[in-house]
Amino acid sequence: MDMLLSSPTFAFIQVLNSISLGMNLFIIAAGLSLIFGVLRVINFAHGVFYMFGAYIMYTVAQDLELGFVTGVIAAAAGLAVIAIVVERGLFQWLYDKEHLMQLLLTFAIVLIMGDLAKIIWGTDQLSVSYPDGLSGAVDLGVTFYPAYRMMLAVIGPVIFIGLFLLIERTRWGRLTRAATQDMEMLAALGVNVPVIYVTIFLIGSALAGVGGALAAPINSPTPGMDATIIVECFVIVIIGGLGSLWGTFVGALIYGFVFNFGSVIVPNWQDVFAFLLLMVVLLIRPWGLFGKPEREGH
Amino acid sequence: MPQLEVQSIHTSYGLSQVLFGISFDVEPGQVISLIGRNGVGKTTTMRSIIGLTPAKQGKIIFEGTDITNLAAYKISRLGVGFVPEERRIFPQLSVWENLDIARRASRDGKGWDEERVFALFPDLRDIQSRPGGVLSGGQQQMLTIARSLMNNPSLLLLDEPSEGLAPKVVEDLRDQIKLLKDSGLSIVLAEQNLSFVMYLSDKCHILEKGEVKFTGTPDDLRAKPEILEQYLTL
Repeated sequence: MDMLLSSPTFAFIQVLNSISLGMNLFIIAAGLSLIFGVLRVINFAHGVFYMFGAYIMYTVAQDLELGFVTGVIAAAAGLAVIAIVVERGLFQWLYDKEHLMQLLLTFAIVLIMGDLAKIIWGTDQLSVSYPDGLSGAVDLGVTFYPAYRMMLAVIGPVIFIGLFLLIERTRWGRLTRAATQDMEMLAALGVNVPVIYVTIFLIGSALAGVGGALAAPINSPTPGMDATIIVECFVIVIIGGLGSLWGTFVGALIYGFVFNFGSVIVPNWQDVFAFLLLMVVLLIRPWGLFGKPEREGH
Repeated sequence: MPQLEVQSIHTSYGLSQVLFGISFDVEPGQVISLIGRNGVGKTTTMRSIIGLTPAKQGKIIFEGTDITNLAAYKISRLGVGFVPEERRIFPQLSVWENLDIARRASRDGKGWDEERVFALFPDLRDIQSRPGGVLSGGQQQMLTIARSLMNNPSLLLLDEPSEGLAPKVVEDLRDQIKLLKDSGLSIVLAEQNLSFVMYLSDKCHILEKGEVKFTGTPDDLRAKPEILEQYLTL
């Protein structure tokens, strides 16, 4: 706490850390929120998708030495393939069933993929190097800051703008928004709704993969990393409002700040602050800051 | 050859059967009406044709293709437009967005687009950016028909278009649907408003408990008030 008040540079670094963490989490949480917004599926397997992204990054960039960018692309492509298999093979049969069935299914995927990861990559903590050119620090005038974290802080808003334009400004985006409101009517207008569903699931899951790949140099790939991230993502999307892109963006930033400053003000209490915030939002505005109250009988 | 042939269809929602062998034909350019009280199976007949509640028995042939068990989006793409009773505007999409998502070029390239749709429903032009959810009943009805037209159908299923609208709005709507008929569009019209039906229809089918009980022209119906008495009064 004293450090924050006495050293503006220290406080400034904490601000950057908050943004960097928030933006890395945004990439992952945006996928979760997008999938819920359109498919109405709460995908608990999103965390394990993230973990697979990190492991794929390890294999491609570290093991096979094919480079960092290839690793990110491979993680996105790998998760896209997994998403198609999971959506077409499993989820598509559950859309008209109750939410509990979907939840149980996503839990099953968590367990299966979690064990699969242990079989493929073992249980050791793996380490992924920073990419060339981003392993050093950037001179910001007042202080130096790790280039890699700086890149995370930039890439999040880029993905946010990309998603925003896709959903709000393209015809495909209009179709997905229509699908969230009335998929039956959309089908009666000649739109092949299942194609929209699988595409959304693919994009959302690929975001988890990309998020995992980008997090790999900071959070070394290890079993159980999926459990931490899924909780963080849920806190973010509930604060921001499930299904809202703006909400996820703002929620991720808020989470980043609360987590970082919380750990500085009262060390080891960062999770407590995050959950306190979650409780306050749930009590005052249960549909989140940018969400809309659910209509009855959706 | 009829454009649409509905051949003795039986349709159920789960265990409850609603249609018990409905049959009728639509010739190109005709307006065919399904009339009857609430719950006699008019909407279910529409939903069976568009494929949202497929028939369990019987056959539906559209322009020579058996569409009985096709997915709704495929039936729509063949040229069947559906205007549901509840209108089902996408509430969070703007009027223009509601139209845009239904856009499909016509086969001859001379079909419906925004300009033609706005010429038919001028009120929609001024409210293009308004969210669908805040429109009045009349505006919603115009939009739901306009949206179907953007699909460039050759057959339109119109489910109770006049329901809940003010008399003046109903009159305008009737004239607009007449223009659609005159443009050569075939229409299956489910309606309870008899003057609306009589004005537009070439042939009427009276439904009762999921069956066709009477078929005739509007003149036949006028000549038999006892039929109307039996099946249409509450």
